[in-house]
Amino acid sequence: MDEEVIIARRLTRRFGEFTAVDHVSFTVHPGEVVGYLGPNGSGKTTTIRMLLGLLIPSEGEAVVLGYNVVRQAEQVRARSGYMSQRFALYHDLTVGENLAFYAGVYGERSKKRIEEVLDQVGLLRLQGERVSDLSTGWRQRLAIGAAIVHRPQLLFLDEPTSGVDPIARREFWDLIYNLVDGGATAMVTTHYMDEAEYCGRVGIMQDGKLLAMDTPSALKAHTLSGVAWDVFVDGSEKGSLGVINRQVEGVAESPRDVAPLLSALDVLGTCSHVLRAGLAGDHLRAITSGDVQADLLLRHLEEAGISNARVEAVEPTLEDVFLALAARKENAK
Amino acid sequence: MGVLIEAKNLVKSFGGTKAVDGLSLAIAEGEIYGVVGPDGAGKTTTLRLLCGVLEPDHGGGENGASIHICGFDLTRQAELARAQIGYLPQRFSLYEDLTVMENLRFLAEARGLPWRSWGPRCKEILEFVGLDKFTTRLAGHLSGGMKQKLGLAAALVHRPRVLLLDEPTTGVDPVTRQDFWQLILRLVGVIDQEGSGVAVLVSTPYMDEASRCTRVGFMRNGKLLVEGRSADLRGRLAGSILELRGSPLAALRKIATTMEGIEDAQMFGDRIHLHISPKRREEVEARIRGEAARQGAEIADLRPITPLFEDVFISLVEK
Repeated sequence: MDEEVIIARRLTRRFGEFTAVDHVSFTVHPGEVVGYLGPNGSGKTTTIRMLLGLLIPSEGEAVVLGYNVVRQAEQVRARSGYMSQRFALYHDLTVGENLAFYAGVYGERSKKRIEEVLDQVGLLRLQGERVSDLSTGWRQRLAIGAAIVHRPQLLFLDEPTSGVDPIARREFWDLIYNLVDGGATAMVTTHYMDEAEYCGRVGIMQDGKLLAMDTPSALKAHTLSGVAWDVFVDGSEKGSLGVINRQVEGVAESPRDVAPLLSALDVLGTCSHVLRAGLAGDHLRAITSGDVQADLLLRHLEEAGISNARVEAVEPTLEDVFLALAARKENAK
Repeated sequence: MGVLIEAKNLVKSFGGTKAVDGLSLAIAEGEIYGVVGPDGAGKTTTLRLLCGVLEPDHGGGENGASIHICGFDLTRQAELARAQIGYLPQRFSLYEDLTVMENLRFLAEARGLPWRSWGPRCKEILEFVGLDKFTTRLAGHLSGGMKQKLGLAAALVHRPRVLLLDEPTTGVDPVTRQDFWQLILRLVGVIDQEGSGVAVLVSTPYMDEASRCTRVGFMRNGKLLVEGRSADLRGRLAGSILELRGSPLAALRKIATTMEGIEDAQMFGDRIHLHISPKRREEVEARIRGEAARQGAEIADLRPITPLFEDVFISLVEK
């Protein structure tokens, strides 16, 4: 089926004076794992609720799996799965009982199907355990199991692995990729940048607006249009911000020795090519625009009297992208 | 005597479960120490032990638990120790019906700040966190990020030398997260007139926040797996992670997961991270290119990248 899985066109939702989702448009293709990244309150959940037909848009429209979300909401929901470990599980019931309950809700009565799902998510031997006795990692597996029991074509995953052990998270994502290989499409909402890195394409939400949507690599390449830099100022790696040498007793450090990084930071702040610069532990991290080379930054620092700096190009992160987009929005105001 | 937080052999059980299992720490002035670990690792319990809200299981004796804050024994010199601690819990309370300044004044007075000094001190700390223009706003009308900053101001109002922050940036937007970290970093960079600096301990479930700390301890199941400076920890895995991009991705993934010499292959959306032994890098790269060509797959990029902290954590756990 070549038809798009989700087509959202200028989706908008207002609550009184407040615009929660502001003319959001995007498309999701079959077999994609799409991330929807934004802080709490940016409009992610409201968007999903509209896509599931749980909330009527104030403006705009959406078509999910070929069905209009307002007029054919039931068909959308019958073919979609929603995973949210925070709200979906009955703590006093066992793993098996929870799954049987959800299967029943979707009209799936086959015991065989329940066994199949338990096996797929790795919970076969834990099916008799009460949810209240399970760790976060296992609960997460059950939550996804409950979301796929009716074989949905589209999966919505809400903050699927926040706070979970990195190993459990990797195993979870392997499971998602397997489901996608098997024909499903997934949309993940998260506020956690690292989570978004698992997605094929990421949409960045802030204050109800979709600021950008592309692969993580393309977002980094295009939004930042430059590189990220780690800036070390001599001596800054040795001590804690060059503050105190705790091995030397009784030697008072004068305030001038303190924070060579802070002065470097101030200098970078005046450089027009630097979009953003901040402290990062024992060094600085700067995002620059255009065709900036390391020497430009070094020259700026030298001109201000900081001659012992070292500059290294580093991988930008999605957080850098987010901050750059947020800054652009601010400057455009 | 630069060590401001010193904990030895901390153990804390709840019922049959050991939330903290033999943890020791020493954090000096000017350090930002990050306790990084998933939910349930024991981070919050550790912080509660360090601020004296909970008592550790064993007390006294040579191998018993002990906690010293700025040299004061937390059990036997509780008042003196606690006066040095600023604590920002995960869920902190503000009085929603009081203004920013009223909240801070209340907390300053509760901390025993004499009436002559709370005024200037409150103004000073609000300026530091960037809330000086919002002194008359009701706390209930503050954004999430601003509440966070007020919480921080409250924890700092009595000039503690030790700052304990429990997951301060969980769920917070990136701009606020960035601002918050800048404040913390500036804080430890400052030495006051008496030559005293501050030590900060931050707990976080976000692996990437490890890079913002001067030293990091990975915590899991109540234990500290390893600690060290971020750069050193990442350096341990230097050269062992390759990033592979190209198409079709499914074919490349198959090659990566079945090829000998690749210890692990993790898919990340539009690319694959390969764990290899640094010594075999060239050999593995050549074989991947060869196999890809044989299968008609195109490689857009194949090169070593800086390991994520998540990779470091996983390699530690799987040892």
